[in-house]
Amino acid sequence: MVRNPFVMQCGEFHVDYKQDMAIWKIARVRWRIFAVVALFALFPMVATDYVVGLATLCGIAAIGAIGLNILTGFTGQISIGVGAFLGVGGYTSAILTTKLGFSFWIAFPLAGLITALVGALFGIPSLRLKGLYLAIATLAAQVIILFVISRWDSLTGGTAGLVLSRPQIGSFTFMSETSYYYLMFVVLLITIVFSLNLFRTRVGRAFIAVRDRDIAAEVMGIDLFKYKVLAFFVSSFFVGIAGALLGHYTMIVSPELYSISVSIEYLAMILVGGLGSVFGSLYGAVFITLMPVVLRSVVDLLSGTFPGLEGVLVGMKEVVFGVVIILFLVYEPDGLNKIWLNIKNYFRLWPFSYTK
Amino acid sequence: MAFFLQMLVTGIVVGSVYALVALGFVLIYKSSDAINFAQGEFLLIGTYVCLTLVASYNVPFIAALLLALAFSALLGWSVEKVVLRPFIGKPVISMIMATIGLSSVLAGIVHIIWGHETRVYPPVFSEKPLQFGEVIIAPVYAWSFVIVIIWLVIFTLFFKYSRFGIAMRATADDQQAALSMGISVKTIFAIAWAIAAIVSAVGGVLLGNINGVNSSLSLIGLKVLPVAILGGLDSIPGAIIGGILIGIIESMTGGYLDPLVGGGLKEVIPFVILVIILMVKPYGLFGKKEIERV
Repeated sequence: MVRNPFVMQCGEFHVDYKQDMAIWKIARVRWRIFAVVALFALFPMVATDYVVGLATLCGIAAIGAIGLNILTGFTGQISIGVGAFLGVGGYTSAILTTKLGFSFWIAFPLAGLITALVGALFGIPSLRLKGLYLAIATLAAQVIILFVISRWDSLTGGTAGLVLSRPQIGSFTFMSETSYYYLMFVVLLITIVFSLNLFRTRVGRAFIAVRDRDIAAEVMGIDLFKYKVLAFFVSSFFVGIAGALLGHYTMIVSPELYSISVSIEYLAMILVGGLGSVFGSLYGAVFITLMPVVLRSVVDLLSGTFPGLEGVLVGMKEVVFGVVIILFLVYEPDGLNKIWLNIKNYFRLWPFSYTK
Repeated sequence: MAFFLQMLVTGIVVGSVYALVALGFVLIYKSSDAINFAQGEFLLIGTYVCLTLVASYNVPFIAALLLALAFSALLGWSVEKVVLRPFIGKPVISMIMATIGLSSVLAGIVHIIWGHETRVYPPVFSEKPLQFGEVIIAPVYAWSFVIVIIWLVIFTLFFKYSRFGIAMRATADDQQAALSMGISVKTIFAIAWAIAAIVSAVGGVLLGNINGVNSSLSLIGLKVLPVAILGGLDSIPGAIIGGILIGIIESMTGGYLDPLVGGGLKEVIPFVILVIILMVKPYGLFGKKEIERV
């Protein structure tokens, strides 16, 4: 019998819990995944520095977006404060490495941890507040954290910010785009594997139960307060990690890099990608990060025909960004991930798609 | 003492503008359970339209204001019809993100049409300061206060006596019952958005006369959140009292505490109050407590 290497899973037939919980539903998916990972690991070999740099930014955004999705998509707690939490991560790492002389490899996880603690602190109101009220509380967190960052001059360098250096191992510095890409890539892989597995555990299931109906979850014995604060903790950890990675990549942290528009961008990422989907966060992060770049090149292309288009680029970005959010909300609220699944489902039984 | 009174008066005037803008915000929340993150952009567009009419086309100020208000009403009305209608009854995050997306679109349009630099109104009100005992008030402040009070009176009468006002209160109270009494809830939603855009535009024109117009004026849209939460998200008297309170607190902080910390605290203090209120009394001073039944 000839085995088709592209064979798709055509249905689910699980006879025990072990199969139901498996990450790879059929064995050959594993090889496909390895192939995709290898593709992304090898791609800097052929790509230019500019493209690798963009990929690094996409990857860092994806780490933050996965973090936010754990909180908003999986646990149902809306946060408009991600921008500030990114800032906390970036600044923690900056202060630890430049002012206190820690090595990056210690400062990096500590940045995640401290952001997680700050996140958990601002998550405490989530016990009493839901939906709109919680969103407003996290917005307040954003404003207050940014105020502290921009005013605590002695520690944070005020509005001028701090200058960071790239991480080192021994005498090797992650100076080139490619080396930093690999650093990001490893962190991103760990983040993805962790979060995929998180939702196979008791804690992850509890998060989802809290999202679906918090009162019912409480009745079933889930300690709401504990799991909500835990969700803020885990989510902010990854956001902080992303912030630290971003800080060491751009080599500067300053308050205006973490404004409320960053928070909105991250919300847009998980929304466009798909709420409650790990890979959705990834697609959304890539989409939102590349959108301005694509728009920029379209404007460059058209500026010959329509002079003056350059001048309105900033405004156009905002308009396109808003329109994309609204269109996704109206036509595909489950985001890019759902579109991808639809395509996959169409080809699952192809060419006999009508045999439902 | 004079300094204190001066700060108090400034606070009350700025606070009354907040109150007016928050009124629109609360109105939308009350009628359609939507939270409007585009309130600041409504304010910006209203004031820019008025400014353009006054400065570029030499329209008299009052006429320009009325035209700007008419334009805002149309904008609010059509935004509700086009953008918000599909989100009725959707999860909170969709609603929030829809208005965030809307605010991004509107802000982008403003940047494309009017650019980024600060513009000032040609002097509309007389420049001669009014003197009350030790307190000196610029006429623009006095007029702002008067105009806000006039609008608040108009709205009170509107809600109490007009057909649409009563229909709006009925809708806020119980949508099902309102529908069964023959009230078109859709029209009510559209009117709520139109009114929200009008009051924002009034607030924007007044603030524009005080401080000049640039795109950072839309930050007022965020400042209505503390105001609305302090007063209670679904209470109109709450929005008015909350607005004036926040205005006073902000002005006092600016006068007494900012010199100690080197400025900027004024902008943050409303949000600190917001967090405290949410922790202690989430439904604000006058808000209706939500009771969740399973």
